Amino acid sequence: MTEHSLYGPLDDVAGEAGYDDHPPRMGFFTDTSVCIGCKACEVACKEWNGVPADDFDLLGMSFDNTGHLGANAWRHVAFVEQRAQDLGMPSFDRPGDGSGPESRTDFRWLMSSDVCKHCTHAGCLDVCPTGALFRTEFGTVVVQQDICNGCGYCVSGCPYGVIERREGDGRAQKCTLCYDRLRAGEEPACAKACPTDSIQFGEVDELRDRAAARVAALHERGEVGARLYGADPDDGVGGTGAFFLLMDEPEVYGLPPDPVVPTRDLPAMWKRAGLAAVAFAAAAAVAFAGGR
Amino acid sequence: MPEEARFRSYYGQPVLQEPAWEWPVPAYLFAGGVSAGSTLLAVGADLTGRPALRRAGRLGALVSLGAGTVFLVADLGRPERFLHMLRVAKPTSPMSVGTWFLVAYGPGVGVAAAAEVLPARWRLGRLLRWLARPAGLSSAVVAPGVAAYTAVLLSQTAVPAWHEAHPELPFVFTGSAAAASGGLGMVCVPTPEAGPARAFAVLGGVAELVSARVLDARLGLVREAYGTGRAGRLRHWAELLTAGGVLGAALGARRSRAVAVLSGAALLAGSALQRFAVFEAGVASTRDPKYVVVPQRERIARSRDEAGVVGQPPRQAE
Ligand code: SF4
Ligand code: SF4
Repeated sequence: MTEHSLYGPLDDVAGEAGYDDHPPRMGFFTDTSVCIGCKACEVACKEWNGVPADDFDLLGMSFDNTGHLGANAWRHVAFVEQRAQDLGMPSFDRPGDGSGPESRTDFRWLMSSDVCKHCTHAGCLDVCPTGALFRTEFGTVVVQQDICNGCGYCVSGCPYGVIERREGDGRAQKCTLCYDRLRAGEEPACAKACPTDSIQFGEVDELRDRAAARVAALHERGEVGARLYGADPDDGVGGTGAFFLLMDEPEVYGLPPDPVVPTRDLPAMWKRAGLAAVAFAAAAAVAFAGGR
Repeated sequence: MPEEARFRSYYGQPVLQEPAWEWPVPAYLFAGGVSAGSTLLAVGADLTGRPALRRAGRLGALVSLGAGTVFLVADLGRPERFLHMLRVAKPTSPMSVGTWFLVAYGPGVGVAAAAEVLPARWRLGRLLRWLARPAGLSSAVVAPGVAAYTAVLLSQTAVPAWHEAHPELPFVFTGSAAAASGGLGMVCVPTPEAGPARAFAVLGGVAELVSARVLDARLGLVREAYGTGRAGRLRHWAELLTAGGVLGAALGARRSRAVAVLSGAALLAGSALQRFAVFEAGVASTRDPKYVVVPQRERIARSRDEAGVVGQPPRQAE
């Protein structure tokens, strides 16, 4: 195994996983700047994938009563209410005169539909001991429900806190990027349901270009906070198949600012464990050599 | 403002999932360590003519391995699918590697222990006696791996307290395994024959204490997860018990059987608490987003410094 396969940029994700002939890598570009927080994605995902909708809670986090991605939430819309630090100059314009960022009030609302990132180097997939988690021909990451034995390792392997064991079921659950729909030539349910095209589905290469253009356009309009998250193949997970345009720092949306796949350190970890194992055996030998 | 870590988050919510694992996992870490160490003691005792230590080691290795296996299966979401672990051998998954270590390790342990209990007048008993030494040796080859891999099992995760600890954790765990198995030998074996168990326990206990301290000294923010709350209390007791056990083993256990039993028990308890402490520290480090956000922010700032970027990244509303 080369070091390359554990970490760093990787052009052909499905090819690396052993597919000779495969479709292009598919993914999501979630443009949060146009998200209106309607949660159609959450509902469509539950409908299509049969994800239970049984935990009704009022969380007191703005309009977010889902809380976090998990076994029963494969899409999660975050709502962030922000008060600007500087209130700006008083203005004598009539409301509605302007439409650019200069016309904003001191309050803004960020909404973002989060999802499994379908990482290039997926921590969950690397640690799965049964082979239940696998890389599809589309370059996505999916759990085979008939294989998973609920060991729970993937839950701690994901640097984004996405995958979770479902209570009462015992198996790990997360977004499949609608693997069944993709195979039938359909787009995923959430992207189909999104009324503002905040969730865009397509070939990852094409989506990355589209995203770069969109950020540039927003910067031009004065939205200096706009940034891409996950679109960089040089990041800690080799770039993600599902990436985002955010309007503020990732942690504001509950995302890790600089996630790294734990597997990056695997060679170093085994080296230390090897040393410790040798020391353990040596201690036993010494114990008998000097035995009284 | 005091030097409390300042960071932004989503309503203070955790970034990571809490580990799906519960107490059976640290219990397995402990049991696996006891088994691996006992196997080494049994093989050494077999080769140097110490029948009581050999017997205790072989039986102790099997009982703890059996308990460990039960813990492992119990923590699965679908225990009946335990054997799915054997579908694949995956070098990137320490759990898969560990499973195959156990597959290689277990049979020898079973044969060696069976040889201790089956009477020699049975034909099977005689056969097993003849097989016991090579069987024990075959397990002894894998035993250090069994004791050490569990550190990688925890570290190969996004859990801050486990991942950040990866350089020292293997030494904490193998030290803890040696201390516990030596302690078990001291409890079960008459003092004249227990010399190697005492020595093993002292070496292991010291290694565990020292590497835990080294770990503490190196860790950044996440040291707090080890030092406070439940993990902190468990760790405190683990240290006291192990230190006490080491002193007893080194100074009094040679002459007094009572001291030997007490110190042995203290070492076993200390080792177990050490495993639970590390486990709890990991869980705590997933509950508070600061353990994820603050170090990652620092990493970004460092790499920006190295790249010579000046100024702050664009930041809008707070
Ligand atoms: S985001 Fe987490 S669950 Fe999704 S592919 Fe990456 S590591 Fe796996
Ligand atoms: S819980 Fe299931 S999918 Fe996750 S690592 Fe274990 S076997 Fe693989």
